[in-house]
Amino acid sequence: MDNLINVSSSPHIRSGVTTRRLMLDVIIALIPASAAGIYFFGLRAALLIAVTVASCVLFEYLTRKALKRSNTIGDLSAVVTGLLLALNLPPELPLWMAIIGSFFAIVIVKQLFGGIGQNFLNPALAARAFLVISYGTRMTTWTQPSTYAAADAVSFATPLGALKEGGQLPDLIDMFIGNIGGSTGETSALALIIGGIYLLARGVITWHIPVVYIGTAGLFAWILGRDGLLTGNPLFHVLAGGLMIGAIFMATDYTTSPMTVKGMVIYAAGCGILTILFRMYTNMPEGVSYAILLMNVAVPIIDRFTKPGRFGGAANV
Amino acid sequence: MKIHNFKGGVHPPHSKNTMNCPSVSIGVREKIIIPMVQHIGAPCQALVKKGDYVKVGQVIGNTDAFVSAPIHSSVSGTVTAVEERIISGSRPVVCVEIKPDGLQAVSEDIAPPVVDSRESFIRAVRDSGLTGLGGAGFPAHVKLNPPKGVKIDTLIINAAECEPYITSDYRECLENTADIFEGINHVLKWTGIPRAIIGIEDNKPEAIKKLSEAANGFSNITVARLKSRYPQGAEKMLIKALTGREVPPGKLPHDVSCLVMNVASVAFIAGYLRTGMPLIQKRVTVDGSAVRNPGNVLVLIGTPIKDVIGSCGGYSSEPGKLIMGGPMMGVSLYSDDLPVMKYTNAILAFDSRDGSIPDEYPCIRCGRCVRACPMNLLPFEIDRLVRARMYDGLESVNITDCIECGCCVYTCPSKRLIVQSIRLGKDIVRRKAKK
Repeated sequence: MDNLINVSSSPHIRSGVTTRRLMLDVIIALIPASAAGIYFFGLRAALLIAVTVASCVLFEYLTRKALKRSNTIGDLSAVVTGLLLALNLPPELPLWMAIIGSFFAIVIVKQLFGGIGQNFLNPALAARAFLVISYGTRMTTWTQPSTYAAADAVSFATPLGALKEGGQLPDLIDMFIGNIGGSTGETSALALIIGGIYLLARGVITWHIPVVYIGTAGLFAWILGRDGLLTGNPLFHVLAGGLMIGAIFMATDYTTSPMTVKGMVIYAAGCGILTILFRMYTNMPEGVSYAILLMNVAVPIIDRFTKPGRFGGAANV
Repeated sequence: MKIHNFKGGVHPPHSKNTMNCPSVSIGVREKIIIPMVQHIGAPCQALVKKGDYVKVGQVIGNTDAFVSAPIHSSVSGTVTAVEERIISGSRPVVCVEIKPDGLQAVSEDIAPPVVDSRESFIRAVRDSGLTGLGGAGFPAHVKLNPPKGVKIDTLIINAAECEPYITSDYRECLENTADIFEGINHVLKWTGIPRAIIGIEDNKPEAIKKLSEAANGFSNITVARLKSRYPQGAEKMLIKALTGREVPPGKLPHDVSCLVMNVASVAFIAGYLRTGMPLIQKRVTVDGSAVRNPGNVLVLIGTPIKDVIGSCGGYSSEPGKLIMGGPMMGVSLYSDDLPVMKYTNAILAFDSRDGSIPDEYPCIRCGRCVRACPMNLLPFEIDRLVRARMYDGLESVNITDCIECGCCVYTCPSKRLIVQSIRLGKDIVRRKAKK
């Protein structure tokens, strides 16, 4: 027995999927939406993205250091949180508010609960909700896209705001391309769908959550129309607000969504229904973030009730 | 032709590099080491001592226990040692070491067995030393002899070979087709099972063609195509795919009226009934990034792995990991001095890069393990409970259902050693049950 060889428990091969690679894929998938945000809202949007990404990574590094834990910025999850946070904020938001959002997302929601995989809320969405509560006015001050022809660039209604206040509704084509008011990365359905297709092709997400979420929201938007049952415009609701970014990028967050296909369908349908209920029957124009956060909280229950049946458990002998 | 499948599983690269490598006998080498544990069940007692002269096919280890099979010498030569050694796992086992004389003189006891009844057939299979050749090594005669009152309606021949790299069963199908059917007919005849299905993954079209042609001559034997998906060849998945039946937790295939045998096992039975030569040789795939000339070889049981790899051009680089069996369920070995066993179907040597163990990261709850688990378990949850030492919860997550196929670990982006946790947890549950 001259040279001994390492032994280990089987299996001895692994797939090429790593956490870092998954996060990198999400970042790649968000490039079109980020680019659209910068195109429509100018370099201020780029600055906002840079600030939230940098501050999220810094907070992740500092918290891990303070808690005497391993450095985890290499898994790129803090970059994803930072990017998603910026894309969910108004483009002209004061940068110090954005940094507070980063702090809340990384330190409070993620690291104090144990870091990656342990948070029960989506960090970026929880931070957004926190900022809406704390700085309501600034969080609902929207910028007109630079490509838009009108003059007043400071206060500008989002399509959902216009719907609620009874203003002029934008063209569906503009909504699809993203030439409307809204959060930095949520306006361009086209860019978000391109990113979603990339995630599907790479196997990062499955179709269940986005398709069921968008489908359910569209269905309920149609059923619960303003002018009575079955009069709603599903396309408007699907393209408006944060539904696309929510369904493709926020609701699909692994840690805060169910594990089984059945669970995913229930969770996504819940997100869709809640989104439309919030939009229709509350005084908020938008409901995506709260819908997803509420369903995040329901995930442990969904997981428990959708546990796969035991193999050979059914009496089939 | 219908393609049969099961739920869950993963799709590792097939890496069947040796598909077109016909089996070559490597002959007698300088040393033979035969451990007295070559199967699941009771170990054998060595029947020879140092200095004895043994012949090919001579029984050198046996026991009265039911779940066991005798062990035969694969060479003629002199016993040089009978002593305890560590093979794999942590417990030492008695090993018989033989220095071959190269003459391969055959034992006088070797003669075709007389088989004229179910009982004599089962006895013959026990005498042959046959244990499941697919890798698990369960004594074959035990399977053929289910408890009274159990009616078996389907013999399933496992030719799935879902493990990456391994092609020894594939070569068996091509090189030994007639014996496979002869063996199936023996089993059907003496056990009274009405039909047989040969299950084979659809990434082996040539073997499917050859077996289907041969099956045309038999009305009660069919060839079924299986989707190439790991672990299609696991007993429970195979039964589910071919018959739709699920073996209940803690039960055996005969509880759903099935008997599963490996394709090489039935072919061996045919040869044994013809010649009386017991199980002394194995068809083994030799592959991996550290092997110079991968191929299929016919090896005498007990031949050191070093010699087997030597017959395939030796190492092309320093081996970082040595595996007996496939990369998904095979056992990693600490030394190439260890011998080929009855259940060895492949020897894989990986270089230090392919053989390295990746760093573990925290679970991100992505659910890939849940969707990949063919037994419908929650692997991440079992892993968490074991590591948190919450052993009381292990039974409620059905830890003992796990077949250790490794799909969860394969698919995990955080590279967590879930199967290792589960093995540890199973051991704890077993020990608690004994108390």
